[in-house]
Amino acid sequence: MKEKKSILSFGGDKKQRGRFLSFAIVIIAYIAVEILMKTGSLNSLFTSLLVPITCYVVAAIGLNLNVGVSGELNLGQAGFMSVGAFCGVCVSGMLAASIPAGIPRLIIAIICGAILAGLFGFVIGIPVLTLQGDYLAIVTLAFGQIIKSIFMNAYIGMDSEGLHVSFVQSNFKLQPGGKMLLNGPMGATGTQKIANFTVGAVLIIIALLIVYNLMFSRSGRAIMAARDNRIAAESVGIPISKTKMLAFVTSAALAGAAGALYGLNYSTLVPNKFDFNTSILILVYVVLGGLGNMTGTIISTVILILLPELLRSLQDYRMLIYAVVLIVIMLVTNNEWLMTKWKSLFAGKAKGGASNG
Amino acid sequence: MKKIIKSSLAVALSVCMAAAMTACGGSSGASSSESAPAESGAATESAGAGATIKIGGSGPLTGPAAVYGQAVKNAAEIAVEEVNARGGLQFELNMQDDAHDPEKAVTAYGVLKDWGMQASLATVTSAPGAAVSPSYAEDKIFAITPSGSSTSVIYADPDNLSGAFGNVFQMCFTDPNQGTASADYIAAHPELGSKIGIIYKNDDNYSKGIFDTFMAEAAAKGLNVVYSEGTFDDSNAQDFTVQLGKAQEAGADILFLPIYYDPASLILTQANGMGYKPTFFGVDGMDGILGLEGFDTSLADGVYLLTPFSADATDELTVSFVSKYKQKFGEVPNQFAADAYDCVYAIAQACEAAGVTADMSSEEICTKLVEQFTTMTFSGLTGSEMKWNESGEVTKSPKAVVIKDGVYVGVED
Repeated sequence: MKEKKSILSFGGDKKQRGRFLSFAIVIIAYIAVEILMKTGSLNSLFTSLLVPITCYVVAAIGLNLNVGVSGELNLGQAGFMSVGAFCGVCVSGMLAASIPAGIPRLIIAIICGAILAGLFGFVIGIPVLTLQGDYLAIVTLAFGQIIKSIFMNAYIGMDSEGLHVSFVQSNFKLQPGGKMLLNGPMGATGTQKIANFTVGAVLIIIALLIVYNLMFSRSGRAIMAARDNRIAAESVGIPISKTKMLAFVTSAALAGAAGALYGLNYSTLVPNKFDFNTSILILVYVVLGGLGNMTGTIISTVILILLPELLRSLQDYRMLIYAVVLIVIMLVTNNEWLMTKWKSLFAGKAKGGASNG
Repeated sequence: MKKIIKSSLAVALSVCMAAAMTACGGSSGASSSESAPAESGAATESAGAGATIKIGGSGPLTGPAAVYGQAVKNAAEIAVEEVNARGGLQFELNMQDDAHDPEKAVTAYGVLKDWGMQASLATVTSAPGAAVSPSYAEDKIFAITPSGSSTSVIYADPDNLSGAFGNVFQMCFTDPNQGTASADYIAAHPELGSKIGIIYKNDDNYSKGIFDTFMAEAAAKGLNVVYSEGTFDDSNAQDFTVQLGKAQEAGADILFLPIYYDPASLILTQANGMGYKPTFFGVDGMDGILGLEGFDTSLADGVYLLTPFSADATDELTVSFVSKYKQKFGEVPNQFAADAYDCVYAIAQACEAAGVTADMSSEEICTKLVEQFTTMTFSGLTGSEMKWNESGEVTKSPKAVVIKDGVYVGVED
């Protein structure tokens, strides 16, 4: 109770409202989509996009915690997603016989994916976050590449004798009836699709709860202090690497959870999916949505995933237009004059306060 | 104040999104009723809506694998035009872009379903194919992939080759089939070489799949594989001197290349530069090497390859297809194009034989086509007397050809 009061007094009304808005958007969107689905007026295209959207939203929220709130550039979010995805797919495959019901298995897979990705984040964070400067960007970039190569060469299979793991395929033999969970460059095939939109929506809510509670807590303020002025923060006794580690591991774990959900939404998953481009894509969602702005991240992720699909009618030109739209949005949102005009247009009362991005 | 503005913006945007969703949501249930296409007016002008059988499909029309997707799209267009020109059943084609990404392929599948697809060319490449095949099976829409050669495209459990989807067929060989056929061919022709070296791409489904089965069959036939560690991936597909040097050291006198023609052309060039002259043996991905710009075709002299299609064949069907394709798109069609052309004709043949009409639902069409495909024989560009089994695998014999003076020459057995 005491803690809650202090949040209110520190955060004030404005922060509460922003927080409320994120939850409201997610819940309203969820209810709207559910109603549309029940009445059958949602077409197959959007139905197939629902789960991936929730996955990317969760991964982007996690990344925003790391990039926006903690101020450390992370170029390997897709790598953490792939750790979560392949972990989730393997866990789900292993438990298929003992837990036939989809939802509990999905939840276990998501938790395992989050824990493993968080663990990877922790291991990476130990040496890197004690350093000053942009080392995290370099190391996570490398991590994304390494993890892709590892999954490309990993063979995991299960048969009556138990689990087999190998990095050399030639000595990999399964008993008859065994199942390959992960087959090197072919990735995971024949995965049971157990992900669904409700779990995805709940995962977004949980991600928001975690991130907001962290942001507006004592540790969160420490994270932001460490971002804004390292020396000042250190001088008041904030353990810099520990607070940065908290943000980074949380971010990685959220990516892992998103990855597990993603992996279990498709019957096939290849390691190539989670390459550098995917990391950058998630970073684009975050930057476009606004650093440290979770509501913006959710909205920009949804728009940027839907945009190329809505432009499909333009055939060959759609990716071109997508790129142009992206550039225009970036320019417009960073143009102070335009934004002030836009704001005064929207709310007459606005006094045209300069935005600080 | 900032938050209020942002919130109003957010609400406005979400309203827009919701509007967009419902606006496109008009055509659900299109599989049962022949509703007019609700969106993406791709090729909808031809004939009146409802009079054509709608064939969907997706492939990489953009991105690094775009060559294959474009080839399939072009050839399928030619085939649909020809079939429509015959009179009788009319077809309509809608190829969507999936950028060789399973995620996008699933979305493309959604687009096609909303469009009211009644039969499909599935996907061009394997990994996206594996992602959408369960959906085709679930929604009971007939699909035949021109070139998705992995077993995971037609089997739910590809490791044990069980749990076939039943309504997803393949026009190309499955990867295991090619590896096995290559090993058998080399075993039956010891004059090509006795010490085998292999260079393959280890991050590629196709290459790896063929390699695996080749090794298994080679072991069964007692072939002497002296060098099989020659792997490469996307990041180092430019320099093969190390692999070639090792193969030469190991004394390989026949080099098996289960890879696409692009890296293969570099291997041929670099081997020539090193003065290393084994017998090169490729599979269907090698097809296209003669059309590669800037490649000295004399280097490909004596290269053996197993391929279902060669653009230089002189039979009437091939000549007419190749000349049409050249005239329309200005390039020589590869085997992906030929497979796609055959797919459309096979669907047309089966539809005619089963008495399928455009007003049938996709489920009805699926049942009828599956029945036809498992019983009929089909002759096309990529083989004659092709047959399909219940799992959707095709039976046709790969042709061995050798390149002589820049043209394919059939090898007599």
